[in-house]
Amino acid sequence: QVSAALREGQITPTELCQRCLSLIKSTKFLNAYITVTEETALKQAEESEKRFRRGQPLGVLDGIPVAVKDNFNTAGIETTCASNMLKGYISPYNATVVQKLLDQGAVLVGKTNLDEFAMGSGSTDGVFGPVRNPWSYSRQYKEKSAPKSHPEDKEPEWVIAGGSSGGSAAAVSSFTCFAALGSDTGGSTRNPAAHCGVVGLKPTYGLISRHGLIPLVNSMDVPGILTRCVDDAALVLGSLAGHDPKDSTTIQDKFKPFELPNLPDVSKLSIGIPKEYHAPGLSSEILALWSKAADLFKSAGAKVIEVSLPHTRYSIVCYHVLCTAEVASNMARFDGLEYGHRSATNDSTESMYAATRREGFNDVVRARILSGNYFLLKQNYEHYFVKAQKVRRLIAQDFGKVFGSGVDVLLTPTTLSHAAAYAEFIKEDNRTRSAQDDILTQAANMAGLPAINVPAALSERGLPVGLQFIGRPFQEKQLLTVAKWFEKEVKFPMIQLEEVKRHDHGAFQHQKSASFS
Amino acid sequence: QTVTVEVLDHLEHLALVDFRDSEGVERLQKAIQFADQLHEVNTDGIEPMDSVLEDRCLYLRDDDVTEGNCMKELMKNAREKVEEYFVAPPGNIPLPKLEEQDAFLQSS
Repeated sequence: QVSAALREGQITPTELCQRCLSLIKSTKFLNAYITVTEETALKQAEESEKRFRRGQPLGVLDGIPVAVKDNFNTAGIETTCASNMLKGYISPYNATVVQKLLDQGAVLVGKTNLDEFAMGSGSTDGVFGPVRNPWSYSRQYKEKSAPKSHPEDKEPEWVIAGGSSGGSAAAVSSFTCFAALGSDTGGSTRNPAAHCGVVGLKPTYGLISRHGLIPLVNSMDVPGILTRCVDDAALVLGSLAGHDPKDSTTIQDKFKPFELPNLPDVSKLSIGIPKEYHAPGLSSEILALWSKAADLFKSAGAKVIEVSLPHTRYSIVCYHVLCTAEVASNMARFDGLEYGHRSATNDSTESMYAATRREGFNDVVRARILSGNYFLLKQNYEHYFVKAQKVRRLIAQDFGKVFGSGVDVLLTPTTLSHAAAYAEFIKEDNRTRSAQDDILTQAANMAGLPAINVPAALSERGLPVGLQFIGRPFQEKQLLTVAKWFEKEVKFPMIQLEEVKRHDHGAFQHQKSASFS
Repeated sequence: QTVTVEVLDHLEHLALVDFRDSEGVERLQKAIQFADQLHEVNTDGIEPMDSVLEDRCLYLRDDDVTEGNCMKELMKNAREKVEEYFVAPPGNIPLPKLEEQDAFLQSS
């Protein structure tokens, strides 16, 4: 809708950009952004405005404010991965996905916060501090937290945004941009999407280029898309997907951008409910929601059947080994010589590297590097690394069998519960938390499948809860169609944030303008 | 089984990252314990999987230079350089072993 508004001249790209920028300023306490690119954003908005005046917008994304997670390279703009290792690093180039967005005329408002090097499930472990979930400040949450007799008495404790793309999710959720890029290696786009009540799409591995995305696990990373509605996600996907000669892990098949039907129909589909996703610790609220969703599909005429993915519980262990192994390799490039932090120690290359890495990486990153190196030791290689690769095949085969038997889409919860309060979350260490929180999202990365979080309802405490759909490889159109149908059915409420209301001049508050399509 | 000091030392040298304290070592122990669960799975006759795209051919492009010449851009991010060279401290000096570590850390 906003795109149409731009075309019709109801609002200009500069106005839109300025509104987003001032909203970013008033929501600074969320800590969603590491870098706000005010100057360049306004310049881009100006260029866009000129195009609209000539009647020649580049496309649907022209003039639309977007944010990008800070592990994507952005030319001329600091890219830190929320780490001391890359503080002050100005990227010399744009990641392919960033370039594609800019080529479409999108306006980059800033780089969003994350867990250091995308390792984590809460966006709490970056050097710029944790990201706060915008819903912590929503009327819905405040009402459910404070007893009615003391409404202004105590500020309810704020909850985490989820991770590791928490900044991007918070940015989209608080209306400071219309779409954001995240990355997804173990659920890093879907987890914060669920906690922040936005749509989080993890595309099939190989569909979108990873060139310029600072890698975590080369065989599982994908850029993720965060938006406020499914149609927007489809639009962004349309501009990003496709073969990239600079990323040899992108498939060569020509990608055909698609539009989702206005009245999606799910009656001819088969929806699978994997019983192993009823994981220990799953909150009763989410379980009930999951059940209700299954019933919704049944009454629409879809075939809903229980299926089994027997190796689900090993996915997280497998991930633990493969991820740390690849991390050990990927983090080896940070030695202080060509870019990034460099220690003052100059006695020898080894001591300089060691000191640089000690100073530059936080505990989480260092722990993963060391574990990874352990699993890759000659004496452990077969026993751990190769074993994990074999288990990976079993997990992928599980999915293959289920999809092969006629199931079109799987329906599962995205997270075990709604967002935890920060004070609670930090009681356990990063690895434990990741192991707990990634359990429902991780397997899709193992098998490279597309998956999407769709916000479904508010919990008893007024916090968003989402459900996940997992689809067949490269069948994003079908997956998004199902997601859109579900989105229409549940009518997830809009966040009621003071700051957003204050900036409202009509264009934002109206439910329809929450999206840009 | 606990990790021996030799292995810890070896890991620190391989990774060029230190454990810093006993907490770091404990974290590794827990990580290994966690990973041991893998052995509950029977993987007889299963091939390891490197990539989900294993059924497709890797893309190779022609060996033509299409871009580059950005030396100045790339050098901007390096801390220590001389003309077009990245400057590194002297090499081939191994890190001190774990026992000598404390003395080393104190001096750096």
